[in-house]
Order: sequence, then C-alpha cells, then structure tokens
Amino acid sequence: MIEVKNLCKSYGDKLAVDNISFEAHNGEILGFLGPNGAGKSTTMNILTGYLSSTSGEAYINGKEILEEPLLAKKEIGYLPEFPPLYLDMTVKEYLNFMYELKGCKIPKNTHLQEICELVKIEEVYNRLIKNLSKGYKQRVGLAQALVGNPNVLILDEPTVGLDPKQIIEIRTLIKKLGKNHTVILSSHILSEVQAVCDRIVIINNGKIIADDTADNLSNTLTADHKLVARIDGPREEVIKVISSIPGVVSVLADMQREKGVWEYNIEAVEGTDIRRELNKRLSARNWYIMGLKPSELTLEDIFLRLTMGESVDEFMNQKAESMDVKSLNSHGEAKA
Amino acid sequence: MKAIFKRELNSYFTSLIGYIFLTAFYAASGVLFGITAVSTSSLDGLLYMTSDMSTMFTLLFYVLMVLIPILTMRTISEDMKNKTDQCLLTAPISLTSLVVGKYLAALVVYAMGVAATFVYAIVLNFFVEVQWLEVMGNIVGLLLIGAAFIAICMFVSSLTENQVIAAVGGFAAILCMYLISSIASLINVNWIANILYELSVVTRYTYFTYGIFDFSNVLFFVSMVVVFLFLTVRVIERRRWS
Repeated sequence: MIEVKNLCKSYGDKLAVDNISFEAHNGEILGFLGPNGAGKSTTMNILTGYLSSTSGEAYINGKEILEEPLLAKKEIGYLPEFPPLYLDMTVKEYLNFMYELKGCKIPKNTHLQEICELVKIEEVYNRLIKNLSKGYKQRVGLAQALVGNPNVLILDEPTVGLDPKQIIEIRTLIKKLGKNHTVILSSHILSEVQAVCDRIVIINNGKIIADDTADNLSNTLTADHKLVARIDGPREEVIKVISSIPGVVSVLADMQREKGVWEYNIEAVEGTDIRRELNKRLSARNWYIMGLKPSELTLEDIFLRLTMGESVDEFMNQKAESMDVKSLNSHGEAKA
Repeated sequence: MKAIFKRELNSYFTSLIGYIFLTAFYAASGVLFGITAVSTSSLDGLLYMTSDMSTMFTLLFYVLMVLIPILTMRTISEDMKNKTDQCLLTAPISLTSLVVGKYLAALVVYAMGVAATFVYAIVLNFFVEVQWLEVMGNIVGLLLIGAAFIAICMFVSSLTENQVIAAVGGFAAILCMYLISSIASLINVNWIANILYELSVVTRYTYFTYGIFDFSNVLFFVSMVVVFLFLTVRVIERRRWS
C-alpha cells in the first residue's frame, strides 16, 4: 500500500514533481506513464527514500518515508533505472550482499534460490556481473529488488534492454508478483503499461494528468458517435452530403488513402447512430464506403491528447491538410 | 554496517587497490626502516645502528600523504558514479552506518599496513634492545594519524564522482594539514597563529614519535575522525535534498 500526498520536488527553480497525489493498494499494479523527463524517476526516487521531497508526504504501508525511513525502506524493493550493480562481484556475492544489507531474516539459501529461479538467472549465478549481458544485468537488478520479500515493489522501466521474449517473461513475472504485492512500474511504452497494469497514472511535466484504469481511460476519450469512414467519391461533395445528415456535427476530410478515396472523421451528436443514413445517402449517389469504424482512441492517442492538450487536434489537422495539398497537386498534374 | 564493511573489505582485494596500497606501504616502510635503523655503517644509514625507530615513523608521514588518498579515493565516489549508491541509500540502514562501514574497511586495510612496523620492531629486537613502550606509542600514533587522514580523504571522496579528483583532492587536503604549522609561523597575529599551531597534525604526530603519549593528542585525532565522518554523512544527506 502506497499513499502519496501532495508530493513536490524542485531542483532550484525547476519543479520536477508538482503536487502529486495517488494511492496504490495491495495486489495492484500501478503503471506510471509519461514521456522522458516527466518526473517518473524522481517520484520513484522519492518514494524509495533516495531523494527527499521538497514538500508533501509518502507513506509506504503507513510509514512515512522521511519520518520513519528505516521501517519504510524495509517494505520496499527498488529497481532503479540503472540497476545498482557492483560489477566486480559475482551474482552470488551480490545477492548475498543485498541479503545482508537488507538485514533479512528468511532462510538465506532457499530464499536466494527461489529468487534466481523466478527471474531465471541460475545459469549466471557464479559469473561476474561485469561480464553479463544487459538483459541479465536487468534481471539481477530485479532479483536484488526481490531480496527480502518486500511488500512493495518499485520498478523503474523494468523491461528496458530486454529482448522480446525476455520482456514477455518479465511482464508475466510482474503480473504474478502483482497478485500479492503492491507494484509501481514506470514506462514510456504504452503497450507495456496497458498489458501489465491494473491502473495507469499518466504524468507529464511533473503533474498527474490522468489516473484511471486502462479501460476507463480509453472509454472516457472514445465515443461510438465518432466515426472514421473511407469513402470513394469527390471530396467536397461528400463532405456536403455527410454534413446534411441530421445529427452530424462536423465532418473532416483526413487524407487520401487510395486514389480518389479519402478518409473522413465524422462526429455526430452523442447517442445518434448515423451509419445507416450514411450508407443510404452515399449509395444513392453511387459513392462507396470502403471502410467504416468507430474512432477508437488507442492509448497512444490518449497519451498524446493528454500531454499535448487540445493542440493535438490542430497538429493532426495541419499534418493532414499539408498532405492533402500535396496529393491534390499531384492529382491535378496527372489530369493536366 | 556489517554487510557494507564486508563488501568494502572484499572489494579492496578484488580491485587490486588493497594489494597496491599494502605493497607500496610495505616497500616504503621497509626501505625507511632499512636506512634509518638497521644499517651498520654511518655512511649508508641515516641514523646508524640504533634501536630507535622513531625516524622511520616520522618519515612514514610522507608515505601516508601519498598512499591514503589512493586507498580511499573510490570509497564514495565510485558508488555515486556507478549508481550503486541507489541500492545503499534505499536499503534499510542509516547513513551513519553506511559511512562508518566503509570507513572501517579502509581502516582495516590501513592497519594491515601499519602492522608491518610491529614486525620490524620484532626483527630489530634480535639485534638490540627495543624500547617497546616507545614503539607501541609510535604505532598507535601512526594508526591515529592514518585514521584521521582516511576520514578526511573519505570526505573528499564524497564530494566528487571522479576518483582521480578524489585522490588529488585528498592529497591536497593532507598537504594543507601538513603545511598548517608552516603557515602559522608566517602569521603575525598571535591568536590566529596559536589556533593554527593547535590544529597542526604534524606537531601532534611528532610528539608520538618522540615517545610522548599525550592523551589530548589521541583525543585530537579521534575527534578529527568523528568530525570528518559526520561531514561525510552530511554531504551525502545534502545531496538528497538538493
């Protein structure tokens, strides 16, 4: 259980973390999502007691990290962005060191063996960390976080540097761990967060801009009354025809996808289904619908929308228009 | 603290620094012992055939000046550079035990070096009668001044991520300590000069080599250790807040 209240951290004038509050419960995997430099690592470093906050509180299982640091740190397993490995030690020596450093009481050999099996590093157990590949180093870092069976796991970009197979393995492992731990995981890879996390906190410029489940997040920003249609027909007229359908609020031609086929973003009044009417009117003019789908925002879209605000629409439209002009020009030239 | 101490001590002997330090210390002290105590002729020895080892101890000061910064240069800077401080600072141990653990490891390696001087005294004992109390006082003095220098150099090491800067900085710090009494003699203002004289490690160490075991000198070196370890803890702590 992690409770963060009004956390702030400033480096000089720069506010790296700006009044962040959130909670993560036991048995929950919380995804921390944000572009590079958003304040993810800083927040995690504060939660683990590596940095101290400028103001605000962070409770790990009810223990405030600045007031009861030793008790709070006992509850945490931390995998920082760069695994804190002593390169001149073997994996075995390193894990033994971490075991002693954390002052664990669990039977040592069986515990370390369990961890090694879990993160699959048995075959490099007696090798120098210096000589391990990035993927193995990352996994030794994860093993180190698991030493002592801490209740709270804080993992900063745990799958960086792994190959696709290892990524899937680590994700499965994190999911498994999430059942009886509190896990916070940061990433800038949206699909990863979507695949692993129960809840997502999106953070940008040190501020939380969204905190919800992955499904809810896409629901709030998607709507079934928004359609994306590919229509074979003259652009201007198609727009006119669609606009005349009752309930349509706006029609926007995106880009030309095939020759003579444009993609249109159609928005209707909420709760109206215009698909049948659209079909009817277009076929009456011998224009064809080449594709039709509800405009569903992916996490990528949500992310862009939230981090860029309204400007994302403008940005997309500008891009679409400039492409339109180009394609129209080439069209015109071909005709001439 | 135990875990840190064990790891640090091990790493001195996996990273060669421990071996280099001990080799250099044994070689230097051996040469000094040879030329100051056991030479049979006045021509090739500085101090003839004598049971007095104090000249060796006096000269060992200069050896420490070079060797101790090398011993301690990596203590804290290496952790910062390799980001291993992240696992140390997020582990459930206090900063003080972290710093003290590292300090004790360096001190033990240093003591292994100093132990050689005891062997020299035993060797000397076969030829002449050794003033054991004086030798013991000298060894304690050497241990104390080394302990203080290790604390100072560790403090310097906590200020930078770069080991070379840590070593050079440590050397400069000890050089300042060495020069303090010379600086004091140049200052006309009496009370400042007096304060500087009081702070002079060389003067205090020289008392030990004379065979004077003054408890205030012991206290001086011990308090230097405490002050610089405290400052090291503060430097690491401050980094979290900046």
